[in-house]
Order: sequence, then C-alpha cells, then structure tokens
Amino acid sequence: MMSRTALDLWVGILVAIGFAALVFLAMKVGNFSGLDGRETYRIEAPFDNIGGLKVRAPVKSAGVLVGRVQSIRFDTETYRAVVQMEIDKRFEFPADTSASILTSGLLGEQYIGLDAGADIEPLKDGDRVLITQSAVVLEKLIGQFLFDKAAEPAAQ
Amino acid sequence: MNAFFGGIVGGLRHIGKLTIDGVWRLGFITRFLFALLLASGQSVRRIHLTIRELYFSGVLSLLIIIVSGLFVGLVLGLQGYDILQRYGSADAVGVMVALSLLRELGPVIAALLFASRAGSAITAEIGLMKATEQLKAMDMMAVNPIARVVAPRFWGGVLSMPLLAALFSAMGIFGGWLITVVVIGVDDGAFWSQMQAAVEFEYDVMNGVIKSFVFGAVVSLIAVFEGYDCEPTAEGVSRAITRTVVTSALAILALDFVLTSFMFRGQ
Repeated sequence: MMSRTALDLWVGILVAIGFAALVFLAMKVGNFSGLDGRETYRIEAPFDNIGGLKVRAPVKSAGVLVGRVQSIRFDTETYRAVVQMEIDKRFEFPADTSASILTSGLLGEQYIGLDAGADIEPLKDGDRVLITQSAVVLEKLIGQFLFDKAAEPAAQ
Repeated sequence: MNAFFGGIVGGLRHIGKLTIDGVWRLGFITRFLFALLLASGQSVRRIHLTIRELYFSGVLSLLIIIVSGLFVGLVLGLQGYDILQRYGSADAVGVMVALSLLRELGPVIAALLFASRAGSAITAEIGLMKATEQLKAMDMMAVNPIARVVAPRFWGGVLSMPLLAALFSAMGIFGGWLITVVVIGVDDGAFWSQMQAAVEFEYDVMNGVIKSFVFGAVVSLIAVFEGYDCEPTAEGVSRAITRTVVTSALAILALDFVLTSFMFRGQ
C-alpha cells in the first residue's frame, strides 16, 4: 500500500493537471502572443466597413505575414472603424501605403493586405494609414450586380 | 395445439419476467443511490478514503486519457484539414477540432475510457469483496459497507471525471494543433484566433464540463451498483464487470444525445 503522502501528491497532481487543462480551455491559447515576442510597431487604419475582421487576424503584404490586428474600435466622430495593427519591426512601409480588407478563399477568414506606396518617409509607430479599402460585403455586391443587370435593357 | 399455446404462454411469461426484473433493478438502483447519498457525509468526514479512490480511478487513468486525447486530436486535425481545405477554409480547422472535442468527443470518449478503465476495476473490487464476504463481515462489525466502501468510490469517480474530460479535450486540441500547424503548416494565428472567436466559455466549455459531471456520476453509480449487486461467485463477478462496461457505454451515448438536444440546439 502506498503511503499517505505519496497518495496526496498524486491526487494533487491530478487536480492540478485537470485545472490547468480547464484554464487552457478557458484561455484557449495560453501563451500565444502576437508575433512570438518579436519587436513590433503599431499603426492604425480607418475603414468604412471591416466586414468580419477579427482581432489577431493576420496582416499580410504581398501574401507574406508581417503583423497582426491588435484591436478594433469604433470612432464616434467619423463613424468609421479604426483598426490598430502590430507590424514586425523588420518590415518598414512607405507613409503612403494603402490597406485593404481581403478574404482568404471564398469562405475563409478576413485579413488586412498592405500595398506599399512610393513615399520616401516610412510609417512610424502610431502613424495612420490614410488610403484604405473596406471589406467586400457580399450582399452589397450581389445587390449592385442585380441593379446593374436591371438597368441594362433600359439603356439599350 | 397444446404445445403451441404452451409456447406462447412460455414466451409471455419470459417477457413478463424480464420486465419485472428490469423494474425491480431500476427501483433497487434508485434506492441504492439514495442510501449512497445518505451515507456520503461520512466519506466527507473521512476524506482520505475518497482521496484514495481519486488516486485509483483518477490518477491511474491519466495515462490512457492523455494518450487517447492526443491521438483523437491528431486524427481530427488530419480529417478536418482534408475536408476543410476542399472549401478553401483550412484555417477553420482549429474551430472544428476545438468544438467537436469540447462539446462531444471530450466528455464522451473520456467517459467511455473511464468506464472501461476505472468503472470495471471498481465493480471487480466491490464484487470480489462481496464474493469473499468482506462486505458481510463489515456489517457484522457495525461498519456500514455503503459508507465505507461504496460512497468513496462513487465520489472519487464523480470528482475525477470532469478533470479527466478537460484534460482529454486540452490534449486533443494540442494534438490537432500539432498536426495542422506544425506538420501541415496551417497559419498559427488563424488557427487560434478563429478558435477563440468561435468557442464561448460559458456555452461550449461549461456545457462540456456539465456533461462530464453527469457521465461521471452515471458511470460511477453503475460501477458501484453492479459490484454491490453481483452474484457472489467468480462467474457472477465477471458478468457484473461486463454489465458495467456495456451498460455504462449505452448510458453515456444515450444521455449524451439527450443532453446535447437540451444544450446545443443552435441558438
């Protein structure tokens, strides 16, 4: 028969592991943090419509992951969504870079695509991307398509 | 002609006997549950008895739970990726793995493993105690066998089951992450961020925990009851162990359907 202290130890281990698993499930990610502790700088971009963009969605340029969405807030003065992004310090972008919300695949998740401009000045921490393109809302797109189709015969 | 009617009467008699036996057992198991709950105060006061059972049914089940959770997660990751990439949404594989584990597979498979690993051991132990007349001896010494033997085993099972199920789900998600992110190369951030966006703590995780509590109680009750009720022979004990595993598995799967239809009906 096992000694009392060893028994207590093992049961303690069971309870600790069980609760650790629960905490992991509650937090879902535990130690996941942005770009694995690499140095980053923050930029923000206003959008008319962010569609289904979520916090921690990837920020890509030319298809390469360069950062992550850090927060999304609603600006009550301009009534636009302001997306804050963390960009890896290794990647510098010109000040006139444009940001657009894109979708990976037909039903995939949405991400931000950065298209570099031609300015000599780079984007710095806290800067704002001025040229943005909103997410494509499928309903609007279909609505517009139907509207255009309906207008066609009348034009002829 | 007489032989024909005799056969019908015999068949009806058989059906009647089965029904009466079934109802009698149902009543017995309910009375047994009440006796067990009444005697539970003592197992709280003498907590070391319950801790010992937590060791036998909980700690000793850790290895099988961890290993099977990992493999179930690996398979879910592979299959989920294979199906989802056809629709161009391989990033959603994290959501699929996490939701199927938290809602169904975690509690159900952990309970099935628990029934065959710990439930059968409990039945065998109590059944052998009965066969060797240890339970009667306890009664003679004015020790209530339900309080001394049955209740700690029941509570040990009830308490360890949710921990094991949570561990199973966590290991499964880790396995899914391992195969899809590390081996196949799904984006790490999309895997976790989509999972976080889709999994709600109160809804998905807590309902899974409630399920595993219910399964733990049912499996433990069946295990201690079958042991206590078994025929005190070598053959009777072996039949009781078989019944524990079979009845537990059926009860888990049927209850899972009932609980799911109450919990997840698509908000």
